Amino acid sequence: MKGDREGLVPFGAALLGVAVLLAVVALQGLAQETEQTYSHQVRASLTNIPKKDLGKRNPLEADPEAAAAGGKLYEQHCAECHGKKAGGTKRAPSLVGREVQQAPPGALFWVVTNGVVRRGMPVWSKLPEPERWQIVTFLKSLKGEHTDKQNGR
Amino acid sequence: MALLLFSARSAHAQESPYIVTYDHYLEEPGSLEVEYYSTFGTQRGGNDFHAFWGEFEYGVKAWWTTEFYVAGQTTFGDSTEFTGIRWENRFRPLQREHFINPVIYIEYEQTKGADKILKEVEGHDVESDYAVPNAIANRELDHELELKLLLSRPVKGWNIALNPLATKNLSPNNPWEFGYALGASRPLALKASPNHCSFCRENFIVGVEMYGGLGDARSFGLHDTSHYLAPVSAWNLPSGWTLRASPGFGLNDMSHKVLLRWGVSREFSGFGEMMSRVFGGGR
Repeated sequence: MKGDREGLVPFGAALLGVAVLLAVVALQGLAQETEQTYSHQVRASLTNIPKKDLGKRNPLEADPEAAAAGGKLYEQHCAECHGKKAGGTKRAPSLVGREVQQAPPGALFWVVTNGVVRRGMPVWSKLPEPERWQIVTFLKSLKGEHTDKQNGR
Repeated sequence: MALLLFSARSAHAQESPYIVTYDHYLEEPGSLEVEYYSTFGTQRGGNDFHAFWGEFEYGVKAWWTTEFYVAGQTTFGDSTEFTGIRWENRFRPLQREHFINPVIYIEYEQTKGADKILKEVEGHDVESDYAVPNAIANRELDHELELKLLLSRPVKGWNIALNPLATKNLSPNNPWEFGYALGASRPLALKASPNHCSFCRENFIVGVEMYGGLGDARSFGLHDTSHYLAPVSAWNLPSGWTLRASPGFGLNDMSHKVLLRWGVSREFSGFGEMMSRVFGGGR
């Protein structure tokens, strides 16, 4: 049938499309193998933040539920790359290290909002502002838990 | 492929409820989102139809998402057809959030004339185009290039998005065609609850989208084309599944009266890493 013959053209293209997508995925995965250590990257991300953002106060600092809610959000959106206990993985740095824990809440909020796109961290402004502050509250609550990223994954 | 997906971890997604409109958020790097959508459309002067498509959306980088579509349709009282493929890429040119955030969208489509997914409206698309029997419509095979500028920004918990589009049928003598989509959406709660829950208000996002044609290079404008208004809703489940529903309504006589859409998707995080282990023997 003529119609069936025509149908083969997009079917072949569909297979080609899947192959291209798999190739992209595989190459991307291989590229991840070359990722380097992160502490200088964290420092770089936390500098060059506009002053007005650095000075922002966490409006949920005193909210007794904020850290728990932030922990839930962290688990849902951040743990995949930063590790279940925020100790870092080969894909993203530790968030329990000195650089992050000593950073002003406004700086962390800015990084969560804007991401570090060039280095693989997406922007998270799709989370409403209060949820981003909940994440910041959670991260600040990790202070003193541990600083060894190897132990905390 | 299915086995690989089963072994990947599912991830809670914060997906937008839009079905036609795009916001500026890309897939997280290394994550694969598998999506299925259905559109039931009414048809004056012909048979109603059910169009459907699958999407495989992968975050290559934080600034680049690639997506592959397969589409088909059933026209009641006629036949079921595979109607084509699409390969879409979205690029984020700016590193940080700005007042308005642009994303560049480039798509190649290879579709039959019987394609009815109405993923966008362009040029002078009108309802009567879809009344043609499948056997006749399938004689047409289109190769199209589609460009969109995805503009979007968060405003006090809302997402506002605007997508102008331009499409070129790659066969000779076809003019550029234009269209638009715009949307606004908001979660039912802006703060997350501390508990893991399926029915928490923050898991539900509702909004509205509007889309339609803008004519072509020979006759630009809102006339002689179709336009739709559609409330949209999404339910993001903690298990990684997202359900979407959207009843759309034609705004003029050239539009289908009703387009009922729904979709289901699931995000698999760490898919890229898993593939690299399979193909590259990575650690």
